[in-house]
Amino acid sequence: MAAAQVVRSEWTKIRSVASTMWTLSLAVVVTIALGMLISALSRNEFDGMSTRDRLSFDPTFISFAGMGLGQLAMIVFGVLVVSNEYSTGMIRASLAAVPRRGTFLLSKLAVATALALAVSMATSFAAFFLGQAMLGEHKASIGDDGVLRAVLGGGLYMTLIALFSMGVAAMLRSPMLSLGILMPFFFLISNILGNVDATKKVGQFLPDQAGSKIMQVVTPLDDDTPYGPWGGLGIMVLWVIAAVVGGYVLLKRRDAQ
Amino acid sequence: MIELEGLTKRYGEKVAVRDLTFTVRPGIVTGFLGPNGAGKSTTMRMILGLDHPTAGDVRIDGTHYDRLQDPLTYIGALLEAKGVHPGRSAYNHLLCLAQSNGIPERRVHEVLDAVGLTAVARKKAKGFSLGMGQRLGIAAALLGDPRIMMFDEPVNGLDPEGIHWIRTLMKSLAAQGRTVFVSSHLMSEMALTAEHLVVIGQGRLLADTSMADFIARNSRSYVRVRSPQRELLLDVLHQAGITAVESGDGTLEVDGWEAERIGELAAREQVVLHELSPQRASLEEAFMRLTAESVEYHAHTGTPAPVQAWGDGWKRG
Repeated sequence: MAAAQVVRSEWTKIRSVASTMWTLSLAVVVTIALGMLISALSRNEFDGMSTRDRLSFDPTFISFAGMGLGQLAMIVFGVLVVSNEYSTGMIRASLAAVPRRGTFLLSKLAVATALALAVSMATSFAAFFLGQAMLGEHKASIGDDGVLRAVLGGGLYMTLIALFSMGVAAMLRSPMLSLGILMPFFFLISNILGNVDATKKVGQFLPDQAGSKIMQVVTPLDDDTPYGPWGGLGIMVLWVIAAVVGGYVLLKRRDAQ
Repeated sequence: MIELEGLTKRYGEKVAVRDLTFTVRPGIVTGFLGPNGAGKSTTMRMILGLDHPTAGDVRIDGTHYDRLQDPLTYIGALLEAKGVHPGRSAYNHLLCLAQSNGIPERRVHEVLDAVGLTAVARKKAKGFSLGMGQRLGIAAALLGDPRIMMFDEPVNGLDPEGIHWIRTLMKSLAAQGRTVFVSSHLMSEMALTAEHLVVIGQGRLLADTSMADFIARNSRSYVRVRSPQRELLLDVLHQAGITAVESGDGTLEVDGWEAERIGELAAREQVVLHELSPQRASLEEAFMRLTAESVEYHAHTGTPAPVQAWGDGWKRG
C-alpha cells in the first residue's frame, strides 16, 4: 500500500468534516484579535511603566499574547482529528482499509500537522504585523535581531501544540478525556506551575513553557531559564515525540475498539 | 477463501473465541450462526486484523490481513457497529476509503448507485436511518469489488424490502463465484440464504456442515397419532409394515409415512383416532438444541421465583 494513497485519503477525511474549519478559524481569530487588543493596551501603558519594565518590554512577544487562548482551539483541532475515529467507530473501517497501523497514524498526523503548520505560520505572521501596528511607536520590526526567529517560532509552537494533542488523543482515544486533560493542563496547571516559585524549576520544562521561549526577543532582566529559544523548542519537540511514540505503540498493540 | 486455524481470543479470564478452525469457501454463502454473545463479531474483527488473536491464525487467500496489498480489493466487510462520522457525507466517507486503497473515484458513484444512495450521497450521515446506514456500510464493502465479502448481522434494523434486497445481493455475489460469509443469530434467516453453515456457541465450534446436511439431520418429520384403542392401532400398523414408536405421553410417533395413509388405514380397520397430526421439528428448534448448553445468558424460564403468599410480610413484621 502506497503511503501516498493513505495521505490522500486522510486529506479527504480532514477536509470533509466541519470541525476542521471551525477549530482552525477559531485559533486564527482568537490568537490575532487578542494579540491586537493586548498590543493596543500595552502601548497605552508604556508611558506609565518603570524603567525596569521598559527594559524588558518585548513588542514581539506582546503581539503573541493571544496564543495562550488561541492554542486551546489548536488543541481541540488536534484532539478531534484523531479521536473522531474512535468516537464515531470509523476507526474499524479505517484500519480495515489500512491495516498497517504505523502508515495509518503517520499519514493522519502528517496531513493534520501540515495543515496546522500552514495555518499557524499565517496566524503567527498576521499576529505579529497586526500587533506591531497596534503598538505604534514602540513596535519591533521583522528585520530586528531575533524577531524573524520569534515569528517563525510562533508558527512552530502552535503546530507542535496541535501535534502534541494528536499524540495524546491517540493514546487516550476518547475526545472528552483528551480535552478534559489537555485544556486545563495548558490553560491553568502549566501556568500555575510556571509562576509559583517552588514549582518553577519543574514548570519551565513543560511543553508550552519551554516552547514559548522561542517567541521571546527581549530576555526579562531576572531571567534564569537554563535554556535558550531553540533549546526550549527542543524540549517541546521531545514532549511531542514522546506523545506520538506513545500513541503509536498503543495503537499498534490495542484492539481497534 | 478465509481460513481460521485454532483462532482464540481471551479477554482476561473470559474466553470469547476458543480454538476455532474452519474454512470459508468461495462460490457459496456460508452462514455464521450463533446466539448473541457467542463470539461471532469478535471472530470477524480478528479476520479483519482489527482485534489481535490471543492464539491461532487467520488467513485471507493464504495471506495475513495486514500483508494484503490494498485489502479492500480482497475482502469487503460490513461490521455490526455503525462506523461513519456523522458530519461526513456518504460520498466523502466512501471516497476516503477508496483513496486509501487506490480505488478510482468513479467506483464510489457505482457503489452508491448499487445500494440506492445516489440521491443522498452529499447529505451528512447523521441524518441517515438505520437502513440507510446499513446500505452505506454495504456500499463500503462493495467498494473494492472484492472476491470475499463478510457481513455481520446484515438484516438487523432493515425493513422487509431491505431484507429481501440483502438476501438477493448475497446470493448473487456467491453466484458470481465470490466467498460470502454472513453472521446471524437467526436460524430462519440462514435457512433462506446460506448453503453452508458454521455454528458456534460460547466461542466454540459446534457445527461445520452443509445446510442440506444440517436440515436432513435436524429436521425430522413424523406423524403423531393418539388413540384410545392403542393396542389395536399398534397391531394394525404392524400388519401394514409401519413402525410406530411410543413417545412418553401415550402418543405414537410414526416416521416415514404420510398422515393420509395412516388415517385411511385406521378408518378401514375402524380404529378410533383422537389425534392425527404431521409434525416437523423446525430448524430453529434444532439450532436451539444445538446451542442450548452453550448459551451464556439463559432466560430463567421454568423456575418461577417463589411467590410470596399474601400476608407473609405482615406475619413477619
